[in-house]
Amino acid sequence: MTHQFPALSPEQKKELSDIAQRIVAPGKGILAADESTGTMAKRLQKINVENTEENRRSFREILFSSDPSIANSIGGVIFFHETLYQKSDSGKLFPQVIKEKGIVVGIKVDKGTAGLNGTDGETTTQGLDGLSERCAQYKKDGCDFVKWRCVLKISDSCPSALAIAENANVLARYASISQQNGLVPIVEPEILPDGNHDLQRCQYATEKVLAAVYKALNDHHVYLEGTLLKPNMVTAGHSCTKKYTPQDVALATVTTLRRTVPAAVPGICFLSGGQSEEEASLNLNAINQVPLHRPWKLTFSYGRALQASALAAWVGKDANKKAAQDAFFTRAKINSLASKGEYKPATPASQAAMQSLYTSSYVY
Amino acid sequence: MKTLLLCNLHIFTTVNLSLNGTMHHSHHICCWLLYQWAMGSAPASAAGSKSEDRNSPNTGTFISSKASSLSATMTHQYPALTAEQKKELQEIAQRIVAPGKGILAADESTGSMAKRLNPIGVENTEENRRRYRQLLFTADQRIDSCIGGVIFFHETLYQKSDDGVCFAKLIKDRDIVVGIKVDKGVVPLAGTNGETTTQGLDGLSERCAQYKKDGADFAKWRCVLKISETTPSQLAILENANVLARYASICQQNGIVPIVEPEILPDGDHDLKRCQYVTEKVLAAVYKALSDHHVYLEGTLLKPNMVTPGHSCPTKFSSEEIAMATVTALRRTVPPAVTGVTFLSGGQSEEEASVNLNAINTCPLTKPWALTFSYGRALQASALNAWKGDLNKEKAGTEEFIKRAQANGLAALGKYKSSGTAGAAAQSLYVANHAY
Repeated sequence: MTHQFPALSPEQKKELSDIAQRIVAPGKGILAADESTGTMAKRLQKINVENTEENRRSFREILFSSDPSIANSIGGVIFFHETLYQKSDSGKLFPQVIKEKGIVVGIKVDKGTAGLNGTDGETTTQGLDGLSERCAQYKKDGCDFVKWRCVLKISDSCPSALAIAENANVLARYASISQQNGLVPIVEPEILPDGNHDLQRCQYATEKVLAAVYKALNDHHVYLEGTLLKPNMVTAGHSCTKKYTPQDVALATVTTLRRTVPAAVPGICFLSGGQSEEEASLNLNAINQVPLHRPWKLTFSYGRALQASALAAWVGKDANKKAAQDAFFTRAKINSLASKGEYKPATPASQAAMQSLYTSSYVY
Repeated sequence: MKTLLLCNLHIFTTVNLSLNGTMHHSHHICCWLLYQWAMGSAPASAAGSKSEDRNSPNTGTFISSKASSLSATMTHQYPALTAEQKKELQEIAQRIVAPGKGILAADESTGSMAKRLNPIGVENTEENRRRYRQLLFTADQRIDSCIGGVIFFHETLYQKSDDGVCFAKLIKDRDIVVGIKVDKGVVPLAGTNGETTTQGLDGLSERCAQYKKDGADFAKWRCVLKISETTPSQLAILENANVLARYASICQQNGIVPIVEPEILPDGDHDLKRCQYVTEKVLAAVYKALSDHHVYLEGTLLKPNMVTPGHSCPTKFSSEEIAMATVTALRRTVPPAVTGVTFLSGGQSEEEASVNLNAINTCPLTKPWALTFSYGRALQASALNAWKGDLNKEKAGTEEFIKRAQANGLAALGKYKSSGTAGAAAQSLYVANHAY
């Protein structure tokens, strides 16, 4: 590997870097509105709304027609393919509505997980076939970034060396192809919170996974300054009996990232996983207050943690549109503050509780 | 019973929480407060025993009987170091690269010393080597603010000053950290185009334990790679990264901070871009290996080459270009957790090494680690020349060393003003980093 065959020209690099910087500009994060049709079924079923194309359009309309000042909190929106070609009530294509607010348009490009034979139920993610052509088309249709989700899990036998290596590799291939088409790749190696493992275990697994991801990105000659990372926060498993504070989560998370994510990566946009809206905001806020040097932006790429209240307020009724929109706007604003470590929750007690709980990073 | 000693009531001064800007040295961890962790509420279930066992060696009680073949997985942690061990290692590393400080690499082997002493007409005897190192180690308090660590060669660690004081003690008593070169030189990698790996792992743990007793708190191990039409090869990169990781792991077990040195030689006619590309590949492999070997990054230092064109490259590059290429390469490969980067000087002149280090520290990109020096020749060339073995010239030699130490201390802060190059001219030469 002695000679370089540059993958990108300086102009291409600059474009990618500029897009990434715009998405994670100070105080901004990402609205992950890329739920597939199947996933939308789960969201809508919970509020007793039928999963029709019009209902899906209606709900995204509520989010996207927010006041333009939403752009102070939202730097990018991830679309699902169907939504990219739907129109607002005023007849404008959704990407255009978003772009006019100065928000960057993104698109989910993976095609879901596929089983890794010979493993304990582990998966890789498919979608590489014809990806370059699809990316080129998405770029024409207004997208400037893309998202691809890989999934790993923690158990007594997982994640296996194969799952780690295979998912890291497929993420790197996807990232490489995206950049060739002027699209900033969001790299998402999600480690599920399912299980009864503790915080330490999740940290260990996350460090190993991220080290493999960045080695793969390097091997595939991916331009790091033109990428974003979308990882899980480091948390205990859902059924872990031990409880941890946002400070524990924050220190474990930041320690992990400092050990694995090169400073050249402009931004890290956490997924919310199974966290509640408030949990996701508190944790992000604590992360941005950790007294360790953090050379990348640390912000959000939230789906449920931005939309849960909005969905609950809407329940499919036109009359509730404003209430739903306000709920979304509120969460966006809170997470914007959290991305700067400036979120002060209403309850003074919880604030005080947060102050005193930092522990030494040597323990991590 | 709490086996984890979380009750460190250490309160360190708060430094530097800024995210933006150019200079970031997390040399001091902020605000450690006592924290009654959930240990107190740890459940009596198996999960509780997990936390108890976390910091005791390999009891493996949390391994499910189902998971028979753990070799294929990397799911469970078997912590290599306790919290106390980690703390000690990180603090040593931070002391070495404290703001404005760097390393004096005085670890020339007997063979290398011949190359230094012969040109100035001095016989390469043990006594002459002792007298020469004494000249450096007895420099006055002016070096205390710019030298954080000294790397010794084995022989020197046990030599004494004229007053009968062990050199190691002399250095340690001045609050300068004592280090020791522990590798045993390069050996060829058969089937490659003249590439090498480095030996010295045999009995390394025992040697480290002894060095620790004898006053050393850090170690150095040098691997060598070269750029040519066919090198560095995949094998050379992998093998050297692996041996560096093994060495680092063993050092940390013995309370010794490992300086990881993957030197890419400046020999050749390749340009700056080529060196940057190779350096990025090599460093990515090094940090993957360190992760695989469970090395605690906060308790390590990196000693890389700066990114420069080859010696016979016809194109000239400014120190700003060298700085930008170097910092870009590091930002893409060296995790922020690494406490400091201490550059080797390679074949650079004393002034060149200082000017380049200064440019690196004024490069307008976020740099989350200390960026300083670990210089041998670039700190000693003038000293050797002023001394030439003459008893009456020892003070003059020492003065030359102090001068370079101070210059590099300033360069490590981005405050060095070279008498040579025009400052204004230097300003305009930054190339947009997308070109790197």
